[in-house]
Parts: sequence; C-alpha cells; structure tokens
Amino acid sequence: MPAQPPSGIAYTPSEMMMVAAARQLSSADVCFVGIGAPSAACNLARLTHAPGIVLIYESGTLEAKPHVLPLSIGDPELCETALTTVSVPEMFAYWLQGGRITVGFLAAAQLDRFGNINTTVIGPYERPKVRLPGGGGAPEIARHCAQVFIIAQHDPRVFVARLDFITSLGHGEGGDDRRRLGYVTAGPTLIVTDLCLMRPDPATKEFTVTSIHPGVRREEIIERTGWPVRFASEVEETPSPAAGELEVLRDLHARSAPGSAAS
Amino acid sequence: MTDRPVSRRARFLSLTDAIADYVHDGASVAMEGFTHLIPYAAGHEVIRQRRRGLTLLRMTPDLIYDQLIGMGCARRLVFSWGGNPGVGSLHRFRDAVEHGWPHPLEIEEHSHAGMAAAYAAGASGLPFAVLRGYLGTDLARANPKVRAIEDPFSGEPLAAIPAHRPDVTIIHAQRADRAGHVLIEGIVGVQKEAVLAAKRAIVTVEEVVDDLRPPGPNSVVLPAWTVDAVVEVPGGAKPSYAHGYYRRDNAFYTAWDGIARDRETFLAWMDEYVLRRQSAPAPGGRE
Repeated sequence: MPAQPPSGIAYTPSEMMMVAAARQLSSADVCFVGIGAPSAACNLARLTHAPGIVLIYESGTLEAKPHVLPLSIGDPELCETALTTVSVPEMFAYWLQGGRITVGFLAAAQLDRFGNINTTVIGPYERPKVRLPGGGGAPEIARHCAQVFIIAQHDPRVFVARLDFITSLGHGEGGDDRRRLGYVTAGPTLIVTDLCLMRPDPATKEFTVTSIHPGVRREEIIERTGWPVRFASEVEETPSPAAGELEVLRDLHARSAPGSAAS
Repeated sequence: MTDRPVSRRARFLSLTDAIADYVHDGASVAMEGFTHLIPYAAGHEVIRQRRRGLTLLRMTPDLIYDQLIGMGCARRLVFSWGGNPGVGSLHRFRDAVEHGWPHPLEIEEHSHAGMAAAYAAGASGLPFAVLRGYLGTDLARANPKVRAIEDPFSGEPLAAIPAHRPDVTIIHAQRADRAGHVLIEGIVGVQKEAVLAAKRAIVTVEEVVDDLRPPGPNSVVLPAWTVDAVVEVPGGAKPSYAHGYYRRDNAFYTAWDGIARDRETFLAWMDEYVLRRQSAPAPGGRE
C-alpha cells in the first residue's frame, strides 16, 4: 500500500528506497554504479541535488550522464553520454584498484549482518540449488571504493543470518576483520532498504537500524530480517520523498520504460 | 611462448571457413565484447559446425554462451558474471550447472577485475596476473587457480591468477580495411587484450572499407598482423549492438528469458533461427 504523507503525495516503498538512497550521494562523489536499483538511485541524485556527481560504470564509461536508465551495464546510452570511455582492464586497474572512487553502489541477492554480499550461489558451491550470476565487478568494488552503499529489498530471503557464499567482502566476521585481511577502505557504511536505513555499529560493525521510513513499524523490520536485528539508541524517521524528488524519479522511469519514445 | 606466432597475416575468409580452420573440438575459445560488439554470428557458426568439448572464456557469458552451452558445445566455462543483463538468469547456463543438462559444465569462476587482468597478462606475455582482489572472499576458495603471493618489496599479500592464453579469440568490430587492419569504437571492453593474448584471432566486421580512416590518432586499431582471419558479417553482433551501426535489441534480451527457460522451447528456437540458417547472421530472430 502506498504511504500517505501529510503533504498528500502517495509514494511506494520502492520509491522511498530510491529517494533515501539518492540523498546519501553528493556532488563531491565519484561513484562506481551497479546496474538496476543503484543506477536509478545514482541518476536520481545527479538529476536532483547532486548535479556534479561523477558516475562510472564498469563497461569503461567515465562520467556517464544517461538520459534513460540503461538495461545493461554497457548500453549505448552510457557510452554516448560519457566524458570518455576506457577499456575494461584500464577501468578495473587504474580507476577502481587505483583508488579513485569515493562510493561503490551495489545491489545484493543475499547479505548478512556485517554487509558481506552473496551473488554467487544458493546452496553448496559444487551442487548449487540456485546458480546466481556471480561476482562481476562487485568483489573489487567492495574492496577498493572508499566506502560502499548497498541497496536491497528488505526480505528475509535477502537479509540472512548466514551467507552460502561470500562473493564480496563487507566487514567479514565483524570488528576489524577487514583490516586484518589487508583491506584499507571503509567497506559498507550504509544499507538502504524499502523499510529503513542501516549503518554499521562503530565497534562490532554489525548493521543496525538508524532511520525508519514513515509508516513502517519496528516489528516489520524485525520480521523481515533474518537475524535478530538491532536498533540504534537514537532512531530517526526518514523524511518522506519531496514532490520534486518523486517527479524526477517517475520521469526517469517513464522515459526508460520499454516502448517509450526516449528508450 | 613458442606457440605464439610473432606475426600473423590476416586472411579474408568466409565465416564457415574461418570457424572450420581455427575452432577445433576441445579448443579454448574466447569470444569477447563487453555488452557491445558480441560476436553472435561467429558463435552461431560454431554451433552449426557442432563443435564439442570447448573451453569457453568470456567475462559475461551473455546469451551467446547460453546458446553454446545449451547446444552442448562447451565442456568448461571461464567467466566472471553469468546473467542476462538487466533481465535475470541465463537459464541454459543454470540448467547445465544445476542439473548437468545437456551435460555437466565445469566452471572456473573469476571476478571482472581478475578476468581483465588475466587477459592483459596474456597479451603481455606474462605467466600470471597480479591484483588486489579475491582474498577474503569465497571466490579464492572456489577457484583453485587463485593463489596468494607476497609482494617481494613490501610483503603485502596479493592475488595471482594464470594468464589467459586462449587457442583462439573471436571478436566483432566495426570496420576493417582491405589489408585487414581492424577498427573498434565505443565500449571497447577487453577485445584488444583478448586478441593479443590468443594464439589465433578471428575478427568479424560490419564492413570492409577501402580506407579505414581512424577517427583519431589514438583510435583502437588492431593491425592486420595481429589477426588471422577477417570476415565481413553485417549485423554480426545482433542482438547486441555495434556503435554507429545499430542499437542493442533490449526487447530480444528480455524475450530470451522466456525462450531459454524451457529446454524444448530453446531447442526449437535454435533449430529455427540458427541451425536451419546458412552462415548469415541470425540476430534476435527479428531482422
């Protein structure tokens, strides 16, 4: 059911998620963008409050400014609107591993309380119940970007107690695990869902709820998280989407839809 | 290093002859093109010639490897992301891994950074690639070819993976001139590295022109003496795209989900749009 904020503009939980994610980005960011929800959130930021944000897609497109959301990571729209396009080895070696990215924005099929991500298999690796696409660029995005944002539907099949496979390392087993493994970047610092925002506890690195979207009850978050989820001592209410944010997001989706004149 | 010719000489061949001459049963074959310029027509000719036991390398297997796997051409897949971009699963790939249909598929799984580095090492004549990656993830455990090594200067642990050295690399490009020099524009992916890493290389092109006229002095040009066969195949990358020629058929990528989900539907589609066609492009089946 769409929530009904005081302003009277109805919006869906998914729109709340996109808007909340976009707000976390700024014009100072150089963002390595995953396809799908991350790409929608990053372009929403670019088209609203963060016009200076640099969006980089792993197909080699630097400073892409897509008018429509790409279906694939290498749609012509990205190359045609980019400042320049580099080869894929160069992208991963110089731009990502070289440490030039402030935020990596990822989606997750499965994640755990420490922000580790599985996009490889459900079940055992040798005899998987479901074979997922795999890591692609994510393992090194999770390692080399100064920090990582994750966007995911808040569902117990996604937010699980234990991962079947760690494709992209978050905070490992928690604490300073990342440092012990030689990682020098902050790792996941934010999870955005259709219910809430979560941030890692400074000491344990366990993700805890720090902001709840309007109209969402704590019990819902507890029910839809596969581990005993904790709440920060001070939990904020996420400001509901502004009319302008919704308008830009809806325009973006409308012109990206199959069959639209612009797509 | 002795298995790699110092210099090659591009020959203009038909697609049928190029595949027959250079792609043999049991060979390792890389068909590259990162979303853009995927050599579909050449892949379909491999299927028509019923090659078996291939080791297929590709960062993103995409629909073309879904088709090769489903038609029983592959014994082993070396890859880093096996989905239908923006759509979902590659159902033939999943069926092979999950149920061994049409026969079991060995997989060697990497990250994109690792695949790209392994091609670059192959192109550079190095035995292995080094990167900050894999370590701390289960990919390092799942792939026995990922090894930890130490930086001899600082002692930092790094990941090493063997260089990719495919028997043959196949790519699609926009243009070649009559000497066989090849121009690639747009999202250039990992094609240059994949060609230079391979023992043999086949390039299909949209058109052969009198004058290549690179648009700038730094354009990506593979000289004729780095490729073995040049084949003119207009539309040879459909349903992916060729920058400056035609756009990506996103509707077909979406439709593929329904075609490939069921074994019989898949086989019927392959029969109608690939097996029963001569070596002309069989794009999304919707020219």
